[in-house]
Amino acid sequence: MKRQIPLLITFIVGALLIVSVFVPPLEGMQENSTLFFDIIAVFAFFLGGGNLIRIHMTKVARKKGDWQYSIVTLFGFLLMLSSGLFKIGNPGDIAAQVDAAGSWFQTIFFYLMSPLNSTMYALLAFFVASASYRAFRAKNREATILLVSAFIILLGQTPFGTMLTSWMPEKFSVLEIPNMAVWVMSSPNLAGQRAILIGIGLGVVGMALRIILGIERTYLGEDKG
Amino acid sequence: MMAPILPLSLFQPGVIISLAVIGLGLAYLLRRTLLGKEVDRKVIFAFIFVAVATPILFPITFEVKATPIAKALFDKIESLPEGTKIMISYDFDPAMAPEVLPAANAVVRHCMQKNLRVTFIAIWATGQSLLNQTLQQVVRVEFPEKREGIDWCNIGYKAGNEGVMNVIVTNLRKMFPTDVNSRPLDSLDILNGILSCRDFKLIVSFGGGQPGPKEWILYVGDPGNVPIGAGTAAVSAPQLYAYYPKQLIGLLGGVKGAAEYEFELLTKYPRFKEVDAPGIRMMGPQTLAHVVIIAFIVLGNIAFMRGRRKEGDK
Repeated sequence: MKRQIPLLITFIVGALLIVSVFVPPLEGMQENSTLFFDIIAVFAFFLGGGNLIRIHMTKVARKKGDWQYSIVTLFGFLLMLSSGLFKIGNPGDIAAQVDAAGSWFQTIFFYLMSPLNSTMYALLAFFVASASYRAFRAKNREATILLVSAFIILLGQTPFGTMLTSWMPEKFSVLEIPNMAVWVMSSPNLAGQRAILIGIGLGVVGMALRIILGIERTYLGEDKG
Repeated sequence: MMAPILPLSLFQPGVIISLAVIGLGLAYLLRRTLLGKEVDRKVIFAFIFVAVATPILFPITFEVKATPIAKALFDKIESLPEGTKIMISYDFDPAMAPEVLPAANAVVRHCMQKNLRVTFIAIWATGQSLLNQTLQQVVRVEFPEKREGIDWCNIGYKAGNEGVMNVIVTNLRKMFPTDVNSRPLDSLDILNGILSCRDFKLIVSFGGGQPGPKEWILYVGDPGNVPIGAGTAAVSAPQLYAYYPKQLIGLLGGVKGAAEYEFELLTKYPRFKEVDAPGIRMMGPQTLAHVVIIAFIVLGNIAFMRGRRKEGDK
């Protein structure tokens, strides 16, 4: 019974949602189920926040490795939470938007979170360059094709690529680097991407059917169907 | 105000200084590589730093010819009649902002110039604050005559990812009963006659993760028969080519896409020559960084070939 009830709920909800796509009067069912999902997801926010506090408090209390970072995490979390929740520094009243200009929430977002996030992402450039030097080598034919494609895309993404081949006569414009970059993206890349997308789509349909029909039960904590 | 935009020429001070610094360094490294010495990781990091920093200190700006996929979005917005209601979604975080925000700002600027009526939305929690940045720096400053609730409105962020799209494709008010200032949507003039996303003539999503432009196509564009345009981080752009041109009318990929759009915009509307164009500005550092990466790939391959020849000799 412990297994049958969740399986029955999954089957009924899944089947109804599939039917609702094809039967216009049942369209509202999709909307309502999404709203139910959102209400349930709200509890996940509490759960996630509570879990974060519990894990880091434990780490600080027991002085585990790098526990100092946990203090920063907790401080950042509570500061952002209280700034948004109590609208500290917000020029409007309680109904005003949480990130109104001048509010603590917005200030922290712009002057702390935003630069830190951008910096983390920007560091990729350094690692990409280093990895390219070490790994991007013409070891065989396939690797050479990949290397040539990378050259075309890298140059095609800059006006430097335009400059290098802009002298070409109009009838050879297909050989201009930016046009070659567009070709790489819209032909070989497109074919590969579409194949992947179709594969994913079929996989999703297959997995959804397995879950609805109760064949796939790993979400219930079972290893095998 | 930005520096004047020039055709790419080797005779700009920024280009000369950058090429001199980077070129001499690379020549030294080439010599070392030919002598059989590997390049240390820290040296590569230093080169990338110099390649990015030099054109910031000595700006390089130049013409950026729009690719057809970027031009398609520009032309679509250009073709919309005055007063057309469209939606713009901010689905990205500060990490992606340096790449995506310039494109978003350029598109918003274009829409305001064309007197389109724009509803702003965010499917990412961080998108709402970035959207506010556009409203504060572009809409309120450059178009002070535009009225909130009539020419534009901000309905903000709602948690639920694809679920939100799944609902607003048939019923906007069910998920967004009010705007960010808690005003009922029914009281906003701009949303008169807009019951769902199907009633917008165009939706432009700026993002690069999930949910993002792809989900707008799958959950709103296709079922609702609404044209979707997109601006995305360069790394995500290849995945979206599969939807162009039928399901995705145009795409601005990374800084290059932003620069192309900015260039089209200021060619068509010279008044924008006075405003900042970060996309075009960032093409200098991006160009040099790409050149340095290519140079290091070449150096790596020279070292590799040399090593292989040595092994063959043995």
